[in-house]
Amino acid sequence: MNILTWFESNIITVLSLEGAIAQGIIWGIMAIGVYITYRLLDFSDLSVDGTLGFGAAVSAILITQGMDPYLSLLIATIAGGLAGLATGIFNTVFKIPPILSGILTMIGLYSISIRVMKGSSNIALFQYKRITTPLNDWLVSLGVAENAVTNLSTLIIGVVFAGALIGILYFFFGTEFGTAIRATGSNANMSRALGVNTDLMKVVALVISNALFGLSGALIGQTQGAADVQLGQGAIVIGLASIIIGEVIMCRKDHSFWYKLCAVIVGSIIYRIIYALTIAPLGQSLNLRAYDTKLITALIIAIALAIPVIRKSLAERRLRKANDKKFTNVGGNENA
Amino acid sequence: MLNLYGIEKTFNVGTVNEKKALNGIDFTINDGDFVTVIGGNGAGKSTLLNIISGVYMSDAGKIVIGDEDVTNKKEHQRAKLLGRVFQDPMMGTAADMSIEDNMAMAYRRIKRRGLVWGITAKEKVKYKELVATLGLGLEGRMTSKVGLLSGGQRQAITLLMATLEKPKLLLLDEHTAALDPKTAAKVLDITNDIVSENKITTLMITHNMRDAIRLGNRLIMMHEGKIIYEVSGEEKQKLQVSDLMELFAKASNGEFANDRLLLG
Ligand SMILES: Nc1ncnc2c1ncn2[C@@H]1O[C@H](COP(=O)(O)OP(=O)(O)OP(=O)(O)O)[C@@H](O)[C@H]1O
Ligand SMILES: [Mg+2]
Repeated sequence: MNILTWFESNIITVLSLEGAIAQGIIWGIMAIGVYITYRLLDFSDLSVDGTLGFGAAVSAILITQGMDPYLSLLIATIAGGLAGLATGIFNTVFKIPPILSGILTMIGLYSISIRVMKGSSNIALFQYKRITTPLNDWLVSLGVAENAVTNLSTLIIGVVFAGALIGILYFFFGTEFGTAIRATGSNANMSRALGVNTDLMKVVALVISNALFGLSGALIGQTQGAADVQLGQGAIVIGLASIIIGEVIMCRKDHSFWYKLCAVIVGSIIYRIIYALTIAPLGQSLNLRAYDTKLITALIIAIALAIPVIRKSLAERRLRKANDKKFTNVGGNENA
Repeated sequence: MLNLYGIEKTFNVGTVNEKKALNGIDFTINDGDFVTVIGGNGAGKSTLLNIISGVYMSDAGKIVIGDEDVTNKKEHQRAKLLGRVFQDPMMGTAADMSIEDNMAMAYRRIKRRGLVWGITAKEKVKYKELVATLGLGLEGRMTSKVGLLSGGQRQAITLLMATLEKPKLLLLDEHTAALDPKTAAKVLDITNDIVSENKITTLMITHNMRDAIRLGNRLIMMHEGKIIYEVSGEEKQKLQVSDLMELFAKASNGEFANDRLLLG
């Protein structure tokens, strides 16, 4: 039996595997945004749950009004950045704690997104020209099967955007300015003593990460063919899951920054594959339903977090055992 | 160099915890001075340094560093003029960053941080040479995370960082207090070397009276938010720990005559 048909009939359809990878990359851009706040800035920013849908909404409404889909991506990115600015101002100017600052932006954006979409909570984009449209036409002209086209074009767009972003972010966080942001996340007290305006650094990092959320949301909306205000619900958890899965699988030592960002994307892809499995034939045979995905997400994160701890304690036990041998002939009797 | 005029600071104003930490500080440090500061717990020593560096804003008075009135300047703006080392070894360095990245951050204390690469190859060579002068064997670990170093090693690195670009004023807040006696002595030696070699104007808090007498050219004693005693030059050199104890007892009306924390 052909391996692919085996895959298709037993585990997951190849098309949905491809789709999972493509979506994983695009959601990975969101996860990179989470990485910037969560890992670099040490700021738990919950804005993402609102910003993702906001980016999708902004881009969708602009497309329905005839704007070029690529230009709409840029505007969604800027809109996301503004959401980050709001969170940043809440936190640095009004001294609202990070989590609450993010929540304020998040819930505010739910209303704003609906207002942006003229009162509806979603917009279908199938009949409009989207970023995937020219790619789709080109792929069809190359003879790619009709039903594989969407996933393939999403994959291509995802790789191009993720690749470019990783390059840009790698450069940015290596510059003097970017280093000051990393230092702020690591030790704000030291950073101020070394002349860094730590409030400004926090705001800039939040703007950057939320701009990524806006972009990611717009990409998800356009490639899925619909923008929905609920799009970002639970996004923070998905972002964290991606980061942690990526780290557990790919990071054993201290790697360079671009590699860590790649690991986030890989983590996001793996998350999407597991997600797809639960609703694919394998999941169905286990009697899993779409509503089980939240539980599965929680389990994935718990397992991913537990693995390094278990690994460490196993290594310690092994070392202990090896060393114990040296002392078998020394000292007292346990029963004495 | 540093001029403080009528500095006052009260914490938790209007609550039961209201505490006047600084109560009218008038003080001048001249160029090249090395001033040691002693005083019991809660005397206001750390608050004084935090007011100078802008961690807290003063309630009253004026702060001039060099010829710049910094009274209303923020902490990160004043950082251009100041080098600082803290009591807590964790506070002065970024644990997640390498030794050389930490030093590159310190090197840019007085500069505008732009979109050029955060550290150059030339700098790395220079930092390695500098770290070698510490004699702690850290020059082979320039790309290690600072979080992996011991407290004493971190304090030594922080000292280098604080003086990488010569500060107008170096502020040391019991920077050896968290170290074991041998390491503390070593870090203090390094401090003395760096300060005298580069003629850095320095304000150092210590709980060790012998160090306070031995190091620097001036000594001040604080009590309840005030400078209650000051000595400099030859008179300071001749000072004994017992003299300080007596002076302290007299100035504070005997209430702290047995303050063991002052014995060092
Ligand atoms: N952030 C703060 N909030 C409230 N009170 C404070 C604060 N910082 C200092 N204080 C109070 O101000 C007084 C002076 O404290 P400070 O830390 O300056 O003393 P110190 O001379 O450095 O003492 P030590 O030798 O114990 O370090 C103390 O009573 C302290 O409780
Ligand atoms: Mg103190």
